[in-house]
Amino acid sequence: MTEMTQSIKQPPATTGSWYEFATRHRASIVAAVILVFPLVMPFTALAVNILIYGLYALGFNLVFGYLGLLSFGHAALFGTGAYLCGIAIVHFGWPWYAAIAAGIAGGLLMALVIGVLAIRTRGIYFAMVTMALSQCVYYLFYQAVDLTGGENGLRGINVRTIDLFGLQIDFINPMIRYYVIAAFVIAAFFVMSRILASPFGAVIEAVRENEMRARASGYDVTLTRLLTFVLSGGFCGLAGALQALHLSIVPIEILHYETSGLVVMIALLGGMGTFFGPMIGAAVFLILENIVSVWTVHWQLIVGAIFVACVLFFPAGIWGTLIARGKR
Amino acid sequence: MAGLSFDLIALQLFAGLALGAIYVLFAIGLSLIFGMLTVVNFAHGAFYMVGAYVGLYLISIGGNFWICLLAVPILIGLFGLAVERVLIRPLYGRGIDYPLLLTFGLSYVMVECVRIAFGKTGYPFDTPEVLQGAVNIGVGYFPLYRLFVIGATAVVLLALWLFLEKTSFGLIIRAGARDPQIVRVLGVDVSRVWLIVFGIGTAIAGLAGLLAAPLQGVIPEMGGTILAEAFVVTVVGGMGSIGGAVLAGLLVGVVVSMTSLFAPEMAKVSIFALMAIVLIVRPQGFFGRAGLMS
Repeated sequence: MTEMTQSIKQPPATTGSWYEFATRHRASIVAAVILVFPLVMPFTALAVNILIYGLYALGFNLVFGYLGLLSFGHAALFGTGAYLCGIAIVHFGWPWYAAIAAGIAGGLLMALVIGVLAIRTRGIYFAMVTMALSQCVYYLFYQAVDLTGGENGLRGINVRTIDLFGLQIDFINPMIRYYVIAAFVIAAFFVMSRILASPFGAVIEAVRENEMRARASGYDVTLTRLLTFVLSGGFCGLAGALQALHLSIVPIEILHYETSGLVVMIALLGGMGTFFGPMIGAAVFLILENIVSVWTVHWQLIVGAIFVACVLFFPAGIWGTLIARGKR
Repeated sequence: MAGLSFDLIALQLFAGLALGAIYVLFAIGLSLIFGMLTVVNFAHGAFYMVGAYVGLYLISIGGNFWICLLAVPILIGLFGLAVERVLIRPLYGRGIDYPLLLTFGLSYVMVECVRIAFGKTGYPFDTPEVLQGAVNIGVGYFPLYRLFVIGATAVVLLALWLFLEKTSFGLIIRAGARDPQIVRVLGVDVSRVWLIVFGIGTAIAGLAGLLAAPLQGVIPEMGGTILAEAFVVTVVGGMGSIGGAVLAGLLVGVVVSMTSLFAPEMAKVSIFALMAIVLIVRPQGFFGRAGLMS
């Protein structure tokens, strides 16, 4: 939480520590890293995955890290974004930009429905209720075979070229695809940075730090929670839409509760409640998965064990631990 | 609905109670652990699944179902004791989310270990011979094994009730749930009480997995599905309330079985609709304390 308040209130970095520099230019740093990232990665497809899951974790982290509510149902937001984007293209023939907008709208709307029910509960119940509701969404999409393809997933989301102001961009080329998706992800990071630096961002963290005091100061705690959850849904919906365009198929597993669990792992690994945490977590997690799955099919065993070790010994995550060092 | 006789509905009601009995066993373990330790055990489904696999293994090396009924809860309970002692105990006092996250990671490890040992595909699980067939229960023939599941659940519930209400150790457990600080001041080793409660909760989960195995077979992923449904049970019944878990578990079982009679495609969704209604009307659940929830 201190990250944000420092970025507004502190005078320009006087100690010259790398941490303060990183905090002041956080969105620009993410943008710069994303732009050079594919040049150092062996596979562009993996780099695209890291972008998309990083964005998914960014949206999740708004609720988990900044608002302090553990959601185990974010797969529903991510998956709805993906499905709506795909349905808009496959069944309605919408252009790509309209389909992405449909994905964001789907994430926002699903977050509103789940949020209205789940916000009525608190603390540990929130994790259980969000998980149960996302399971419900899974069955609903599973059964709507005409729209979603059911068990086989939604196939045929073929976007070959992207028209941009009369310009025909080749979406099949992996590098170009990476930079098109990167443009959206970078924009999302700038928006997130702006939200966190706004007065509303301060209220979000106030609710996490001390609910009673926030309420006594005249803030509507329930509304803040709901709005934050809905905003998070927008980010996750965008991530889902990009995933649908990237894979050209939406598998039903995208709504499975393991997709919810995945983002919890990524956020905790990177550092919850930190700006860079989600991206770092996604990069480390997916690269690790990639390496481990080369020599064993049982990568879940390794990933689960690493996660247990993280909870026990490094609850602040990679970036959180670095921040603690940087402040010293 | 003209084709639906009273007998058919009554039979379906009994089938729902048998399904509900599994939910009850699963949810009381979850509720017991949460009520005492304020730990939401996300690995509860994994303990349930391992219980079924241990039963499968014991039968394959020559054991029979009755030995399993005794051995599975003991083995899973011992495993639960080890998990609490080594993994969960260091996390007390570090925020309510951490044990949840840890048990979530643990469930990945347990599921993957079972996949390594038994393979990814499921196995059928034979109903023990004496419990095969059906008996006439007045309204029609009902599978004997399902009747046995209802009976076994009743026995476990009775034993648990006697243990909690009539023994001195049960008294300590109830006191520890209400105010661990005072109990500690009175000279009771609370961490030992928590250890045993976690062991009992996981033992019941293992037993539930074994009892469910002949009904639906065993696969490594069987724990994940029931976990989400058990969360519905605990939210409907009220977290930490044993009575609530029993009533809500049976209710959820009956709702599932009735909707599969009238509208099969809605069976899976119906229980979540039930949860949504309860959340809107009574967010703390049937027997939940209002303070826990809001």
